Amino acid sequence: MSSEEKLPGWREIPIAGVPYKPSTEYKTGDWKVYKPVINYEKCTKCMFCHTYCPDGAIKIREDGFPEPDYDFCKGCGICAEECPVKAIEMVKD
Amino acid sequence: MSEIRTLKDLAQKPDLLMSGHRLCAGCAAGIIARLALKATRGPTIVTNATGCLEVATTIFPYSSWKVPWIHNAFENAAATASGIEAAFRAMKRINKGPLAKYEHVDVMVFAGDGGTYDIGFQSLSGAFERGHDFLYILYDNEAYMNTGIQRSGSTPRCAWTTTSPAGTVIPGKREWKKPIARIAAEHEIPYVATASPAYPMDLVKKVRKGLEVEGPAFVHVLSPCTRGWRYPPEKTIKIAKLAVETCFFPLWEAEFKNGEIVYTLSAPSERIARKPELKKPIEEYLKLQGRFSHLFRPKRREDLINEIQQWVDREWKLILKRCGKL
Amino acid sequence: MAVKQIVMGLNGDEAVAYAIKQVDPDVVAAYPITPQTIIVERFSEYVANGEVHTEFVAVESEHSALSACVGAAAAGARAFTATAANGLALMWEILYIAASCRLPIVMAIVNRALSAPINIHCDHSDAMGARDSGWIQIFCENSQEAYDSTIQAWRIAEHPDVQLPVMVCLDGFVLSHTLENVMTLPNDIVKKFVGERKFVTVKNHFGKEVPLILDPENPITIGPLDLYDFYFEHKMQQIDAMGKAPKVIEEIGKEYGELSGRTYGLVHPYKLEDAEIAIVGLGSTMGTAKIVVDKLREKGVKAGLLRVRAFRPFPVRQIVENLKDKKAIGVLDRAASFGAYGGPLFNEVRNVFYDQDIRPLISNYIYGLGGRDMPPQRLMTIFEDLQKIAETRRIEKTVKYIGVRG
Ligand SMILES: Cc1ncc(C[n+]2csc(CCOP(=O)(O)OP(=O)(O)O)c2C)c(N)n1
Ligand code: SF4
Ligand code: SF4
Ligand code: SF4
Ligand SMILES: [Mg+2]
Repeated sequence: MSSEEKLPGWREIPIAGVPYKPSTEYKTGDWKVYKPVINYEKCTKCMFCHTYCPDGAIKIREDGFPEPDYDFCKGCGICAEECPVKAIEMVKD
Repeated sequence: MSEIRTLKDLAQKPDLLMSGHRLCAGCAAGIIARLALKATRGPTIVTNATGCLEVATTIFPYSSWKVPWIHNAFENAAATASGIEAAFRAMKRINKGPLAKYEHVDVMVFAGDGGTYDIGFQSLSGAFERGHDFLYILYDNEAYMNTGIQRSGSTPRCAWTTTSPAGTVIPGKREWKKPIARIAAEHEIPYVATASPAYPMDLVKKVRKGLEVEGPAFVHVLSPCTRGWRYPPEKTIKIAKLAVETCFFPLWEAEFKNGEIVYTLSAPSERIARKPELKKPIEEYLKLQGRFSHLFRPKRREDLINEIQQWVDREWKLILKRCGKL
Repeated sequence: MAVKQIVMGLNGDEAVAYAIKQVDPDVVAAYPITPQTIIVERFSEYVANGEVHTEFVAVESEHSALSACVGAAAAGARAFTATAANGLALMWEILYIAASCRLPIVMAIVNRALSAPINIHCDHSDAMGARDSGWIQIFCENSQEAYDSTIQAWRIAEHPDVQLPVMVCLDGFVLSHTLENVMTLPNDIVKKFVGERKFVTVKNHFGKEVPLILDPENPITIGPLDLYDFYFEHKMQQIDAMGKAPKVIEEIGKEYGELSGRTYGLVHPYKLEDAEIAIVGLGSTMGTAKIVVDKLREKGVKAGLLRVRAFRPFPVRQIVENLKDKKAIGVLDRAASFGAYGGPLFNEVRNVFYDQDIRPLISNYIYGLGGRDMPPQRLMTIFEDLQKIAETRRIEKTVKYIGVRG
């Protein structure tokens, strides 16, 4: 059986091509080779990493510190490159 | 925009573009869309021209958009926006219809350079002329990236693309970049600005202003593309910043006020205007990008580098003049 | 009992514009092109005089006209446009998008020949080029029908089983510029018949069942990238909706008939019951053909005709039922399909008879390109040809060109 046959049929999906799943159900985290690791001793909560992440993969914790969401982080390295205090290191995933 | 004064405030605003989209790692378009959406002020409808952002954020059955979003075609985003805006106006007029319940609905467009400079230019110019109340955000990655890096009216001179390859006779694209933002401003629409993902607060303020003015607004954002510009993904912000620091892409606003187009330099470019020695040579920008590598290897093409520098200087002077700095 | 109506002297374009005025849609986005221009002009006057609440978007091209309608309809508005020939050709890309996004837009097509050479007169090449785009296509015989169909079109398009855009086609100049007495319904009756736009619902990407419109409270995504894993299913849904449209068109045509005394269906037969020979065709020519049928009947010839009102969806069953026992049928096409074996209507009509045990002899007459006249005498020659075919039980030439110089 081909994989297409396991997908819903035309009567089961919304009309007009309207998507029915949030993209958060699609994990882009496995694209990465290196992952960002934050050194919280250095972090000043400046928010550059969160702001510059193309994937919105740096969430803000309740304590105000940033935290990478590895489910979606593609490992581009922008956050590490732009962190003004070099608090982020890219390490092999 | 009192609620967003710092990056911390900005971080508090929820992301309206969800993770899980499939833009390349390090793609500036993702940063620009996230930031622009954080600048929204209330009910907003987005329309997106065909291109990388559209494709990568809505691969069926998935969508990354937390706002109502429609992609019509490549060349008609401004016309689609016209229709949405007209629908809202008509419903408000009789206080009937699904959008009538809103005090206001903002209409926001995202389109690439291909969808703006080239194939979409007619519909954009028409919508400007008609004066629809919408904000058009051009994310300019200087080529048709979605179809595999072909030249556009925005591609700078000498840049390699797959339809302006750097050959033994012709060194990349022959034409200069079209001054789209100035052309937009000449439509005498209320608000035009250039912006960069490297200056997020400036970008967010401009997007908000574009939403606030009544009538058409145009924000031109340079959008470095790791794949098409040929640089490692972590350099996206560096390169965006260098574009401003070399004055290749100066940041400014143009408002149509009392029958005049009033240009103002934005802070990052204003600093350079005040202290010209801060202006970096264009080479620093070019040498980081593989699309310009033929200017440096196998042989350094001083002639072409100079030519580009002269173009940058000329355009910068023109902007300084418009901004009353010369 | 039909309601009291007002007779107005209107040409076809004015009849459409007047119907649209009465419907009072939210958005009209249109661009002028002969012979549709009068629709845009009249409607602009209604807007200028505050007779409608419509937002009139005087776009810079037909491509933008339909694009704006897509945006408006997706935002929950009733949206209308009108065009012809080159304008329709320019819209081509967006025709498919409007239908695929299931947007109930209504568009008047004032049929005109396609360039080159540029020609402003009637033929059906424009609408035929759009026949596979997913739009419902209704062809009108006269201005009365243009008025009536422009009102019914909204109900058809917005019907929950259908949710497809509708083209109301009327012949350029022959109808668009010719004054006719048109019975018009009172405003309130039209308003009531058309009603408010209702919305179907879809499951959005947050798992919520929401109306199929761009509403900030209930965000949906329209027009995503669709790959080989789902595209076919989405097309299947459109095919299904078209399959449900015939019933809806008939129901609404009947309901309109109860109101106005003028009932509409998918096909309109004329003196067909006992006919031995018949012609099949679209649009205003079929009005002229009725006179010819009457003349032949006087002479004792058992002639009749079948006017196809809905070309899309194609009324397969109705065609068979009405024509199966005829000896010879002539299909009239006002469009050439270059390189094809006959015109588009001919191909469809003949196709449906392939499954039948008893088939009439069917031949094709291509006529009227670029506004070439089709007077009764010319129609008479077609009937004479059909008589010969019926007698000899032989078709000498399947596809014939009527009125062209040799
Ligand atoms: C009418 C039409 N012509 C061509 C295409 C193919 N096409 C799709 S996206 C694209 C390029 C988009 O370039 P741009 O607007 O710069 O956006 P980007 O992908 O670079 O973000 C092209 C040529 C199309 N979709 N429609
Ligand atoms: S950029 Fe660096 S210092 Fe700033 S919040 Fe992120 S990790 Fe902390
Ligand atoms: S590496 Fe890139 S994708 Fe991952 S968190 Fe940092 S900026 Fe975001
Ligand atoms: S090709 Fe360029 S613009 Fe497109 S997703 Fe990749 S980085 Fe972004
Ligand atoms: Mg581009």
